[in-house]
Amino acid sequence: MTQLIAIAGLSVAFSGVPVLRGVDLALQKGEALGLVGESGSGKSVTWLAALGLLPRHAQVAGSVRLDGREILGAPSAELDHVRGGRIAMIFQDPASALNPVLTIRKQLCEALALHRDLSGEAVKAEARRLLDLVGIPDAARRLSAYPHEFSGGQVQRVMIAMALAGNPDLLIADEPTTALDATIQAQILELLSLVRREMGMAMVLISHDLGVVAENCDRVAVMYAGRIVEAAPSNQLFADPVHPYAQGLIGALPPLDGPRRRLTAIPGTVPDPAHMPSGCAYAPRCALAGESCGLAAPTLAPIADDRSVACVRAEASRRAVLGMAAE
Amino acid sequence: MRPPLVEVSAISRSYAMRSGMFGRATAVHAVDGVSLTIAKGETLGLVGESGSGKSTTGRIVLGLEPPDSGDVRFEGRPMAAPGTAAWRAQRARMQMIFQDPLGALDRRLPVAVQIREPLDIHGLGTPAEREDRVRELLRAVELTPAHGARYPGALSGGQRQRVVLARALATKPDFLVCDEPVSALDVSIQAQVVNLLCDLQAQLSLTLLFISHDLRVVRQISNVVAVMYLGRIVEIGSADDLFARPEHPYTQALVSASPAPGRRSAGRIVLSGDPPNPAARPNGCAFHPRCPRAVPRCASEVPALLAVGGNRQVACHLVTGAETRDAA
Repeated sequence: MTQLIAIAGLSVAFSGVPVLRGVDLALQKGEALGLVGESGSGKSVTWLAALGLLPRHAQVAGSVRLDGREILGAPSAELDHVRGGRIAMIFQDPASALNPVLTIRKQLCEALALHRDLSGEAVKAEARRLLDLVGIPDAARRLSAYPHEFSGGQVQRVMIAMALAGNPDLLIADEPTTALDATIQAQILELLSLVRREMGMAMVLISHDLGVVAENCDRVAVMYAGRIVEAAPSNQLFADPVHPYAQGLIGALPPLDGPRRRLTAIPGTVPDPAHMPSGCAYAPRCALAGESCGLAAPTLAPIADDRSVACVRAEASRRAVLGMAAE
Repeated sequence: MRPPLVEVSAISRSYAMRSGMFGRATAVHAVDGVSLTIAKGETLGLVGESGSGKSTTGRIVLGLEPPDSGDVRFEGRPMAAPGTAAWRAQRARMQMIFQDPLGALDRRLPVAVQIREPLDIHGLGTPAEREDRVRELLRAVELTPAHGARYPGALSGGQRQRVVLARALATKPDFLVCDEPVSALDVSIQAQVVNLLCDLQAQLSLTLLFISHDLRVVRQISNVVAVMYLGRIVEIGSADDLFARPEHPYTQALVSASPAPGRRSAGRIVLSGDPPNPAARPNGCAFHPRCPRAVPRCASEVPALLAVGGNRQVACHLVTGAETRDAA
């Protein structure tokens, strides 16, 4: 596999308040990466910053390389080719991402005309094919419908069709199913994995739902207060999380079967970005925190094949992991 | 079996809905013949997707909305008529918590004042006693008096939901209806509030009606769980047993759609189609157009909620079909 996109040392500050504090993340071609974390942890800002979609007053630093070419701060002509063409994005609230006074055909054809060398009848045929692909029944007739005539799940399907219009190499799905009912969520997730397989597309699935990410991604990165604290293959992360925050998140999830136990809640709340604690941002809530945690922020360091964690005290957990593997 | 605190029998509620400005009004059956019993000190969980009638059921149980038919009994007595003194006394003993704590709080009042309000309204205690009670309530929901002096905007989401909980507990209610109380909270904060609710319930022997779309949270907190689909209960049973061995095809699909870490999506049941429009309720079993196992009988005959052994009841011809055919 070859590397598709590499983010290094990405940091973002809004009027001097840092919200993203050095994110390193790489994605292979065709890979599905999950990004989990609580609200305000920087999951969405990472990709908005990478694609130059943040407001002008945001201070962005670091590097984002797509196929080895730097795109952070690239001229807008180049970014216009990247956004929608190479990298497409879908959001939590699909209804507000569509124009309510234009038909689906107008909006789909607009995306196609921008990113593909098609014209006239070919555009319309392609629009119908896309709508078919995302499972909208009676696609030919539904093309002339307006967004409000679709149900919530169908609007998200239309959004996915628009995202696919440019044949992207990478789809950023930002909480794509959070606003949907459970059975519709299952439909959309299945659709995403289907189009990903069919188009050989890489995907970043941003979600606060550990279960959604675990089931749909090869690899998961856990974010906390503007940093990645742990990255691992998803089965390993959920079977045996190393960072105390990742452990806390998994312990806080009520089980659906087996005996009921008291939830291990993480005490306290996420720190205010304007008053970040010195050292590890998680230390004030961490049960394992020692003196060294308050001194310097730990960096994301590899602990095993394809696993890395940013925690001083992870050393102990790591030894346990390696010990078990050696036996 | 503990005595029931709340008995709901065959409540129905429909709303008139107009399609378009000049369209004909159609009746939307939000709740259709729902019966429930909640034992004292227990929690009944109500799950279902949007439009299944969970919230309407909660509002009717609390007397916020009258049922078109059927009745609700509290401690064996029918609910008093709204607006009467008896109704006010009864309402002090039953409270509600909503999903959005910021919407439930007044942004221009310190939260301690808002926690005190129910005591003022119901005239409970002397002013000094009320102040003590507010401090006691803040402590009960693990907040400090300093938090009490703040405005809602200066508190985090989890803290706001604790304030709403403290206010609901002010009048020492016996019965609490919680409508998606933790859905807007982050996972780690959600666990704090769920634990707090469990602790308070044990300490105060509260009876809860817990409404949520989140199967995990419902299982964590409930003794009995009822699953609703388009205004009807399709399956009801003990919380431990129901999600481990769901009988109704809809419950099976819901459980299967609930993603779990460590379980890949192999064999997941993905339902086709959207949840049906409550205004155009399918004939027969409302679930049959989406049901992977539907038979012709499902399209014509409404299945009744029947006991299938243990304390499980299911409304599905395929599950209860054998018995009913024998009876016929």
